[in-house]
Amino acid sequence: MKNQNHLKYAFVMLPVLLAACSGGGETKQEAKQEESAQASASPEGAAGPREIVVEEGGSIQAAVNEAKSGDTIIVKPGVYKQSVYIDKPNITLRGLRDGDRWAVLDGETVKNDGIIASGHSTVIDGFYVKGYKGNGIMTQGANNFQILNNHVEGAFYGIFPQYGRNGLVKGNTVTGSEDAGIYVGMSDNIDVLENVAYGNVMGLEFENTRNALMARNHIYGNASGIALTIVPGLPVKDAYSQVIKDNKIEKNNIENFAPSSSIAAGVPSGVGIIVVGPDDITIENNEIAGNDNVGVLVTDLLTFGLSNDPKVDPYSDGIKIMKNTWRDNGDNLSGMLGGMIAAASRSGVEILSMGKDRDSCLLAEDGVDALGVDQWTACDPSMTKATFDTAMIKDGAEEPVYSPEQKGRLTYLAVCTGCHAYDSVLHGPSVESIKALYADNPEGLVQYAANPVRKREDFPEMPAQSYLGDDVLTQIADYILYDLGE
Amino acid sequence: MKRALISLCAMALLGAAKADRIELNDRCPASFRLLEDGTCELVTLYSAYSSPANHGGVRAHISPPAKRYTPKEIDLGRYLFFDPVLSVNGTMSCASCHDPAKGFSDGRKRAVGRGELERAAPTLWNVAFADKYMWDGRAATLEEQAAMPLYSPKEMGATPESVERALRAAPAYRDLFNQAFGQLPTAELASVALAAFESSLISLNSRYDRYAHGDESALSEQEIRGFNAFRGFVARCSQCHIPPLFTDFELAVVGAPADDQGHEDAGAGALSDDPSLYGAFKTPTLRNISRTAPYFQAGQFGTLKEVVEFYNDTRGHAAPQGKPLKIHWHVHMTEGPELSEEDVSDIAAFLLALEDETLSPEIPSRLPSELQQNVRQGMATSGGLK
Ligand code: HEC
Ligand code: HEC
Ligand code: HEC
Repeated sequence: MKNQNHLKYAFVMLPVLLAACSGGGETKQEAKQEESAQASASPEGAAGPREIVVEEGGSIQAAVNEAKSGDTIIVKPGVYKQSVYIDKPNITLRGLRDGDRWAVLDGETVKNDGIIASGHSTVIDGFYVKGYKGNGIMTQGANNFQILNNHVEGAFYGIFPQYGRNGLVKGNTVTGSEDAGIYVGMSDNIDVLENVAYGNVMGLEFENTRNALMARNHIYGNASGIALTIVPGLPVKDAYSQVIKDNKIEKNNIENFAPSSSIAAGVPSGVGIIVVGPDDITIENNEIAGNDNVGVLVTDLLTFGLSNDPKVDPYSDGIKIMKNTWRDNGDNLSGMLGGMIAAASRSGVEILSMGKDRDSCLLAEDGVDALGVDQWTACDPSMTKATFDTAMIKDGAEEPVYSPEQKGRLTYLAVCTGCHAYDSVLHGPSVESIKALYADNPEGLVQYAANPVRKREDFPEMPAQSYLGDDVLTQIADYILYDLGE
Repeated sequence: MKRALISLCAMALLGAAKADRIELNDRCPASFRLLEDGTCELVTLYSAYSSPANHGGVRAHISPPAKRYTPKEIDLGRYLFFDPVLSVNGTMSCASCHDPAKGFSDGRKRAVGRGELERAAPTLWNVAFADKYMWDGRAATLEEQAAMPLYSPKEMGATPESVERALRAAPAYRDLFNQAFGQLPTAELASVALAAFESSLISLNSRYDRYAHGDESALSEQEIRGFNAFRGFVARCSQCHIPPLFTDFELAVVGAPADDQGHEDAGAGALSDDPSLYGAFKTPTLRNISRTAPYFQAGQFGTLKEVVEFYNDTRGHAAPQGKPLKIHWHVHMTEGPELSEEDVSDIAAFLLALEDETLSPEIPSRLPSELQQNVRQGMATSGGLK
């Protein structure tokens, strides 16, 4: 909390916020609103989403701690040598940009990660993130996330949503990642659109991800452009239904600089797209050019040399490659992969299949130069994903809905019964005795549970249950007093 | 004791409930609810969150374990767990090595049965969620697992016949099995009851969990820093010890040192010709880790700080030499420590916040076999309340 005095908060209602952050050059106007808003803000019970402004040099984490679900945190241009962690839902973290001046998160090569968010519906928009030893921007278990318009430089993974359901990664630039620039891991229903990735070991990657779209990205100058993989030994055991379309994938020929410990170290350079194990993949209408070893490499876990996982199908099945534009791929063979292609007395190969994949197809009329595709069939033109424009869930991933009563009962069982047995002393007094104490006084019970005070010398302290929220506590109180034991 | 035996025999003969008779609990354990099919289902706040199966994260969904048991099966299992009657000479119970006062472990580097074993007794907290058991994952179900210590000559030394004989010879157990299963005792039913009891050992209400559910005050500033480092991508602890269960139940090679007697354990590698499994162990849960020192499969580390320092040192630095270990990619310090000293202390501090023993079972004050139990009396229930 030491940093709190560096921080200037402004509480502005949402409509004002929307007006304030569309377009540049309104710093003055904003400042004025800040003052008036501050003057009129009632600190407690101020309903509706607020805007919290972090001035240059202030603490972004302090603003996150202050924020409530629905709030937007506006970070002014400037350098912030900080890490940010978001563990609550519906927080928008937005960096303001003034020409070349970004809101810069700088790890100075000593901090671990730039941003880690676990809250659902987190939006991370407009940051310049550099100098972190771990990841630039990561989500862990966040649904309905959006990672937009950031520039991430020199992290292990630049942008890494993990365990997400329904998310959008759009308009970011990532460079210098020791693994993938944008790495979508063990996630579902993800769109990766209009990003730029260069100078990474891999530009973009889908790992153990289901139902995902990569479109209109520009991926150039990485060791390998796009990786579509299934990695064994992870809790999610499959990867399928991915559409890779309308991307520009060119000259991915730099040397692989991944640390030897990582799986990425085994990825060959000079490859436009590498497919290792996922199923039902459409690669359509991409421009694939100047990748020195091969345009698209389709292989499997065994050939790639990853360990066996009895629960994972190691083969890439159902790969559909159609209507792409190919230029100058496979013209400058090098490394082990290049050696293998050369050994087959070939060059200029656009598609190389090296595994035991099944049900894959090519569009005959494309006339691609392919190797190892004897068992592939001709794609049916109806397989086209030309009109497929999102893998996301239309109305977002939903939280299960519980009625207040259900929530109350569930929470009573999940939390209170751990310490309160019905008719005997467990860690706290019996529920029967609580019923007697608070007969017809649910408010009193709620108050106690939210802010317990010491009453019985020989009992441990009861931990405050206010985090459950007054609504749930009220339901619990009603349940205890009027339903239980009746 | 003789009197009690006689009265129990009489009771069994008459089939009538005497004052001395043990009645099995017909209520589900705390935090479980009774379903219409008569079985108990775990209730946790994590079940209210939405995520696909096997997703991790702070507010990831946990489905209650699919295998459910009746209140009476669970209660019978509790008696069996603490009762040395199952062992060949009536001196060793499951609790001898899985002591509730020690996080259901035993405080030793390697467990002691009839002589010292090669491995440590792991905690049994949250064991119901696993899909494989033992350090090397060699058992698929709790029922299958229970047979292993029971019939191992190095542990309880029993046979299915001796178990059945001992239980049938104890009139109270004839009655209890009848209450739980409507049958005479068998070794197989004993395993079911033990599994039922173990499935009630749930720890999901630590201070960390309150933080996860939205109580920002539940963790200290240092613990929050530790959590952030724990889930960050330098330490990567949470990539294998995935919240909320703090394990992924997968086999992983982290490059553990040989134990203090120079023994190198091949782990899952001893059971497979897949060379990548050499030195692989099942990722253990970190729930109640503060209660179960020393750490690793043969107690190689005495403190949590030593464990974190191990991970923070060059990959493979402590591993037995000359073995082609395929160390997991998430153990990735390539040139010595990358976590700051503060991070190391913070992570060790955070791990203490995973303590919750509120659902510790009641140790039976009297055993149906009338044998003496050899675990410390009195519950370590205070742990979760600090
Ligand atoms: C970690 C254990 C624990 C949990 C969880 C817990 N309690 Fe308690 N509770 C206690 C203890 C211990 C006391 C006795 C405190 C004292 O007397 O100083 C207590 C006392 C109470 C009392 C008695 C107050 C009085 O005026 O005497 C009420 C009411 C109560 N708890 C409600 C709840 C509710 C509702 C929940 C669930 C939301 C809950 N408790 C969860 C341990 C717990
Ligand atoms: C002599 C000490 C000893 C006794 C007695 C003992 N265990 Fe164990 N238990 C161990 C050890 C050691 C391991 C780990 C063995 C291995 O991985 O090879 C273990 C592992 C387990 C596991 C696997 C936990 C996991 O997470 O994989 C379970 C479950 C278990 N024991 C339950 C029991 C039950 C039930 C009994 C009584 C029937 C029992 N144990 C008796 C020492 C003991
Ligand atoms: C690659 C997966 C992986 C990663 C990453 C990982 N662990 Fe582990 N952890 C394991 C495995 C496997 C074991 C068991 C090793 C053994 O006994 O030889 C283990 C054991 C432990 C234990 C001892 C548990 C016990 O009951 O004895 C602790 C504590 C622990 N890890 C903490 C951490 C921390 C802290 C980090 C991050 C710095 C971390 N782990 C990173 C897989 C992992």
